[in-house]
Amino acid sequence: MDGEEDASNLMMEANSTGGVDEAPLSSTTTRRNRPIISGEPLDIEAYAGLYTGRTKINRLIFIASHCDNPAMELEALRMASDEIKKGENTQLYREVVQKIEGRLGPNYEMDTAWCSMIELKAEQRKEKLESELNSYRTNLIKESIRMGYNDFGDFYYAHGALGDAFKSYVRTRDYCTTSKHIIQMCLSAILVSIEMVQFSNVSSYVSKAEQTPEALDPPTTAKLCCAAGLAHLEAKKYKLAARKFLEVGLELGNSYSEVIVPQDVATYGGLCALASFDRTELKATILSLLSPAPPLFSIHNKVIDNINFRDFLELVPEVRELINDFYSSHYASCLEYLGNLKPNLILDIHLYDHVETLYDQIRNKALIQYTLPFVSVDMRMMADAFKTSVAGLEKELEALITDNQIQARIDSHNKILYARHADQRNATFQRVLQTGNEFDRDVRAMLLRANLLKHDCNLKASRKV
Amino acid sequence: MNSVEGLVTQIQGLSSTASDVLSLHNVLKQADDSLHAESTRLLPFLDQLDPSKHSLGYLYFLEACTAGPVTTESASSFVLIIARFISSCAAEQIRLAPDKFISVCKRLKDQVLFLEEPLRAVAPMLAAIRKLQSSTENLTTLHPEFLLLCLLAKCYKTGLSILEEDIFEVDQPRDLYLYCYYGGMICIGKKYFRKALELLHNVVTAPMSTINAIAVEAYKKYILVSLIHHGQLSTSLPKYASTVAQRNLKSFCQPYVELANSYTNGKIADLEAYVQANMEKFGSDNNLGLVKQVVSSIYKRNIQRLTQTYLTLSLQDIANTVQLNSPKEAEMHVLQMIQDGEIYATINQKDGMVRFLEDPEQYKTCEMIERVDSSIQRLMTLSKKLTVLDELMSSDPMYLGKVGRERQRFDFDDFDSVPQRFNI
Repeated sequence: MDGEEDASNLMMEANSTGGVDEAPLSSTTTRRNRPIISGEPLDIEAYAGLYTGRTKINRLIFIASHCDNPAMELEALRMASDEIKKGENTQLYREVVQKIEGRLGPNYEMDTAWCSMIELKAEQRKEKLESELNSYRTNLIKESIRMGYNDFGDFYYAHGALGDAFKSYVRTRDYCTTSKHIIQMCLSAILVSIEMVQFSNVSSYVSKAEQTPEALDPPTTAKLCCAAGLAHLEAKKYKLAARKFLEVGLELGNSYSEVIVPQDVATYGGLCALASFDRTELKATILSLLSPAPPLFSIHNKVIDNINFRDFLELVPEVRELINDFYSSHYASCLEYLGNLKPNLILDIHLYDHVETLYDQIRNKALIQYTLPFVSVDMRMMADAFKTSVAGLEKELEALITDNQIQARIDSHNKILYARHADQRNATFQRVLQTGNEFDRDVRAMLLRANLLKHDCNLKASRKV
Repeated sequence: MNSVEGLVTQIQGLSSTASDVLSLHNVLKQADDSLHAESTRLLPFLDQLDPSKHSLGYLYFLEACTAGPVTTESASSFVLIIARFISSCAAEQIRLAPDKFISVCKRLKDQVLFLEEPLRAVAPMLAAIRKLQSSTENLTTLHPEFLLLCLLAKCYKTGLSILEEDIFEVDQPRDLYLYCYYGGMICIGKKYFRKALELLHNVVTAPMSTINAIAVEAYKKYILVSLIHHGQLSTSLPKYASTVAQRNLKSFCQPYVELANSYTNGKIADLEAYVQANMEKFGSDNNLGLVKQVVSSIYKRNIQRLTQTYLTLSLQDIANTVQLNSPKEAEMHVLQMIQDGEIYATINQKDGMVRFLEDPEQYKTCEMIERVDSSIQRLMTLSKKLTVLDELMSSDPMYLGKVGRERQRFDFDDFDSVPQRFNI
């Protein structure tokens, strides 16, 4: 689509002038703190600035390995290596340095001195932790054992041994005394599981945490909703993911920046909702919030609770615009926004392998929604509305009709789509006759088989006697 | 010598009343071996007997005569004699000795096959079946022989007339397998694929304790016909099929199962390549014709799918979608399908367009009402039959004995002795 080409051209221009920051602004906003996930080329510094901890490094490495632009790649790798050096993960450091391949100058080559120093410190700390833990275990003080295992978990996590970290965190379960401890354990386990991309564990720990409601304060509930949403997204259950993301409260703020930020919640939630909700649910949950005037009286609980989501959507105005366009049937501009967003969404660590599916689903829903109110549709006008060729449109419609999502027939000669409704009466008669024939055939076969079996039995009986 | 002539006199004397015939039967049974010993000389004695009055005796003599090997001179004369006998014999008398009758008819079949004129025996065999059957629901050993002759003589219509009748009683399981197999082949020849599928299904799911070759061959044809008629093959046999069949049939018919997989994938090029590669295997089973029909049916199925999506479509587009070579070929296919009644369409040659129409059947005519009504009547009769069979079975002593032994015992009273045998 044309929109995509413009975006990549912009990317080329921007990087040749030496600064990503000089890219021209999009027309929807002129504010200085620009939205990060937008149709423009990704501003890596700003993007990375939103996150903390391991996810920042993971995301930067992911961007580096998936983007086509070598300047962007190097920028990402540079930032990643800086970030890693602030931590203690030598394994990851080695990987990143290998990827850099010395292209960033002497500062970014393998600093073996730093590596060996970190590893030495790690050994010492590990021994210390082990001895402490052993002493606690002999003393059988629950709280200290729990804290010992926790410290172990943190240590392993910082050094990148995720499996061991997970095991240590899980071990603390036996020594948890209050519900606060349980929540803490669950949150740590969830964090490590997300890193390890084992989302089944995420779901189980989220449900475990939700079973102790007394210790759940709003930020924690928000975090749990996000984690659950991510798990559903990974499992391709887009409807459930959308519902979870819509439940996330504003209290999330930046408290979960080691996993997810509000912009992500808005984007994931918005796209999944668009791809999987039907019109009524979409309106109830998202659209009523987009109108500037507040409702005079509360009609629906979901609406009131979801004033939050409006604020989320403010962070990603392009997503807000595209949902609005879809609902009001401005399909061309909706699809254009989608096309603009695509290059950046592909660089997102959680969304990249779902982008195609979500886009296809949104496009199919748009096509179906377009044809729904009409008895006949001129395919040339429809092709214009969707900015595609008539032949391409015909192929898409054919696929949808074969899939039984549109009840219609294509008049290929005149390029018109006619709605077609099945004739119930004829269908019933056909089924009746067919059922009669099948019954006839089956009963006759059954009687025949019974006769054969009787013959067998008689033979056996006569042999016995 | 004397014994034979004495026998002839006895036959002539004792063939008038039913009790006489019974005693004659005993006499003949005892004299059977001596008759066989004198088989070469028996032919002239046949002239002294009248086939319509002395059917039983004639039968014994005939059977002994034809016991020897088949030669050209004897064959043609015997064919005439046997045919005349069958048409004029008395049904009650021959029913006393069904085995002899069956073996005589089988000799007839051997002889016409030897002479390579199967057509000569079709009508006599049909008459023989009618005389031997106790009712039209009875399957005799002659049924498969008859169908085999029809197949070889290519007179399918006569064969079909027998196939129209429902069979509920079977003397020998092997007869049933052969009957259904040959019957299936006749239906395939006349392109009645639904009935062929039904018959072959009966063979494949019949109760059997060991796999037999008839079932294997039938299953091969079953796969092919199922593809032609339904466009798919169910992956497993129904639960009521015998366990040996469920376990072993597929392994014997491996190339056919793979053909079915390739068909359901829908790629015509793959299917044709597979057929080419396995030509000799299909040919050695004499299934090449069917396999070619399978390949052409995939085009038909694709065109039929188009009728669900399009109202009008150009011939060029049809050719592209269905992977035919040219619009001309597409036109030929569509024309053939319209003539066979498989789709409803009109071809506009000026524009090169095909317009797909709806099925014009409105289900409003008197014929349709009659059809539904007769169907209901038929099903009610069948249901009654089923109920009767069920009642018979529930009062069967063996069944009751087995159920009684295996029933659960809850009360103290249940532990009384269960009758193992009824003394009636």
